[in-house]
Amino acid sequence: MNNMEKKTLYTVTIFSENTVGLLNQVTIIFARRGLNIETLSVSPSAISGIHKFTITTFTDKAMITKVVKQIDKRVDIVKSYYNTDEDLVFQEIALYKLATNKLLEMGSIEDIIRRYNARILDMTETWTVLEKTGHYDETQALFKELSEKIGVLQFIRSGRVAITKSKVERLSDMLAAMEAKLNRDKSV
Amino acid sequence: MNSISGSEALLESLIHEGVDTIFGYPGGQAIPIYDALYDYKDRLNHILVRHEQGATHAAQGYARVSGKVGVTLVTSGPGVANTITGIADAMMDSTPIVVIAGQVPDNLLGTDAFQEVDVIGVTQPISKWAYQVRSADEIAWAVARAFYIASTGRPGPVVLDVTKTAQSGKVAYQPHKITYIRSYIPKPDWEPERIAQAAALINQAEKPFAIVGQGVILGNAESELLAFLRKADIPAATTMLGLSALSSDEPLNTGMLGMHGNIAPNLKTNECDVLIAIGMRFDDRVTGDLTQYAKQAKIIHFDIDLAEINKNVTVDVPVIGDAKETLVEVGKLLNPNQHTAWRESFKPHWERERQVVIQKELHSKEGPLRMGEVVHKVSQAVGNKAIVVTDVGQNQMMGVRYFSYGQTRSVVTSGGLGTEGFGLPAAMGAKIGAPDRTVCLFVGDGGLQMTIQELGTIMQSKIDVKIILLNNNYLGMVRQWQELFWHERYSHTELQNPDFLKIAEAYHIPGRSVSTRDELDAAIREMTSMKGAYFLEANVENKGMVYPMVPAGTAVTNIILGDE
Ligand SMILES: Cc1ncc(C[n+]2csc(CCOP(=O)(O)OP(=O)(O)O)c2C)c(N)n1
Ligand SMILES: [Mg+2]
Repeated sequence: MNNMEKKTLYTVTIFSENTVGLLNQVTIIFARRGLNIETLSVSPSAISGIHKFTITTFTDKAMITKVVKQIDKRVDIVKSYYNTDEDLVFQEIALYKLATNKLLEMGSIEDIIRRYNARILDMTETWTVLEKTGHYDETQALFKELSEKIGVLQFIRSGRVAITKSKVERLSDMLAAMEAKLNRDKSV
Repeated sequence: MNSISGSEALLESLIHEGVDTIFGYPGGQAIPIYDALYDYKDRLNHILVRHEQGATHAAQGYARVSGKVGVTLVTSGPGVANTITGIADAMMDSTPIVVIAGQVPDNLLGTDAFQEVDVIGVTQPISKWAYQVRSADEIAWAVARAFYIASTGRPGPVVLDVTKTAQSGKVAYQPHKITYIRSYIPKPDWEPERIAQAAALINQAEKPFAIVGQGVILGNAESELLAFLRKADIPAATTMLGLSALSSDEPLNTGMLGMHGNIAPNLKTNECDVLIAIGMRFDDRVTGDLTQYAKQAKIIHFDIDLAEINKNVTVDVPVIGDAKETLVEVGKLLNPNQHTAWRESFKPHWERERQVVIQKELHSKEGPLRMGEVVHKVSQAVGNKAIVVTDVGQNQMMGVRYFSYGQTRSVVTSGGLGTEGFGLPAAMGAKIGAPDRTVCLFVGDGGLQMTIQELGTIMQSKIDVKIILLNNNYLGMVRQWQELFWHERYSHTELQNPDFLKIAEAYHIPGRSVSTRDELDAAIREMTSMKGAYFLEANVENKGMVYPMVPAGTAVTNIILGDE
């Protein structure tokens, strides 16, 4: 943990074909280099048939550069790159399950919801689920406050999802360039 | 169109890829494929090995000398588990092989069925691509993709895990060819600015030095390399796997790099002003301590694999792309040059190595036989068109150091993985891949016993390999480390060996066991005059040492030479 503090949180974005076992191929590359995966999120991307992974890990620049190249090298990976927080707009989503009676007794629920920009997702007589999206510190702060005041029955936080601030959509550019190269090669 | 079985489709697909040789071993989950093979005897030469590890190393030997993809066919479970060492070895040494393994029927996958192993899970980290084929219709596509991936870009092993369901299913077979995968860029485009930067650096250099790896051989760029070196008069050296990319008598070839390489190129690495790495990956056995490696030099790195750039050594100019093209492009911009004084400065180091190491190793008149002289004499007897295959250990270092290379693809040895047991099966594959060339194997008494059962394959398939056992009754290379760095505490490195000649005889392989120089000469004459396999056991100095040596993790200039 100590040397983790000197390290930077990198967000690795990976576009891949949607084939069985790819997650395995990606995570073993982190494992070989002894990198802990902090968060992980996988879903279909905007381009049909292509999946997008968003993985965060604490490391340094020299290491992340090598790791990303080794990921990129796998045959079914279309493109992989890394960013730091400054380059990204990013969020995580957290759900908090609370006892409804305690929540009502607490009285300050509206204030908390406003301060944290959270919302009530579902509510029954016995339990209530709050939802908050935000950065890690924000979802964590709400967790801390609720834990201290009324206790949290269940808590879950998603992996990070992120979008780059840069104007270019790297993947579509790359796919276009590859198609162009293919056509060029075919014509010779 | 007639539909055929998945197994037949598999064989048709292999033939479509130009395959004529398969190294394999059958079993329950591969019986349908073997049954189909029965009718393909005229088109597919199946070599029945004695252990699946041997099948993979044979495929590697075949691929390394022929430039074609080597093919291995095995059954599920223990069969494919036995191929792991070969797959890992091929991954490390960028050898194009395709390993086809039977797998349990689809409905049993994941149930711990009899002889089920999670092949994809096990092989993914050590292969270029691993894929499970679950239905007969996928076979033509999967084979086409496997060959395309194995053979293009930086080559490597591909694993196809073919379920019995796929083998037995029916398919309307149509030949398939793959030449493009959108997520895979085998040959990245070269960048004109980098080409210009590389040429400018070389043009300014007073002491340029090229270090050449197997990438040049894999990329068939040997003649481009030579033209490049000659134009600017650049001395060069090779890694162990790069040996034979330049012939031994090429004046610009200054020898082999690395732990047991030659003195001159190792020292010159830390004296040159521009270091030009071509198709090599700065392995730790080549660089020694990275913090003391070529710090004075500007470094240019030619490679086809982007992940190799700045992996071990931070370089000034990366030249990505296919060396066959990039060497030409940079070459165009080079000024013709002469570096006579610089080249001459390698010579005293060679003189020193000759005096201190080589003379004793090759020309001792007394005392027991030495590994080096055996290799040297065999090399002289078979001529420099022969292929040398080695196992791992002292025999390997002596084999590659003292053999002469007259043409490319003449060295088959396990570099990155350093696999003891590689030699004998790799030699079989090499002979089958290059039937017109003499194949000499140098193997140790330890390593031979790791895959000795392949003598059976050599007997049954009548493979003409010249097996030279360098018997020192020790796991010699480990013993050498124990002598030098572990206070001569020979922990478990002395071997009690069988009568090897009797073993060879049991397999009907003729041979001799020799201990004197006269016997050696006579046995070599007999070996070269006979057609077919031959087993020459040379009983050599028990405690011989391989020098020069750069101890692991130290600077390339820290070269020990033994008693001077
Ligand atoms: C499969 C495997 N196991 C262990 C080793 C470690 N090792 C490297 S060289 C060597 C000694 C080999 O002895 P031998 O085959 O007799 O060759 P020599 O060095 O004596 O020529 C050993 C044990 C290895 N490289 N590969
Ligand atoms: Mg030995």
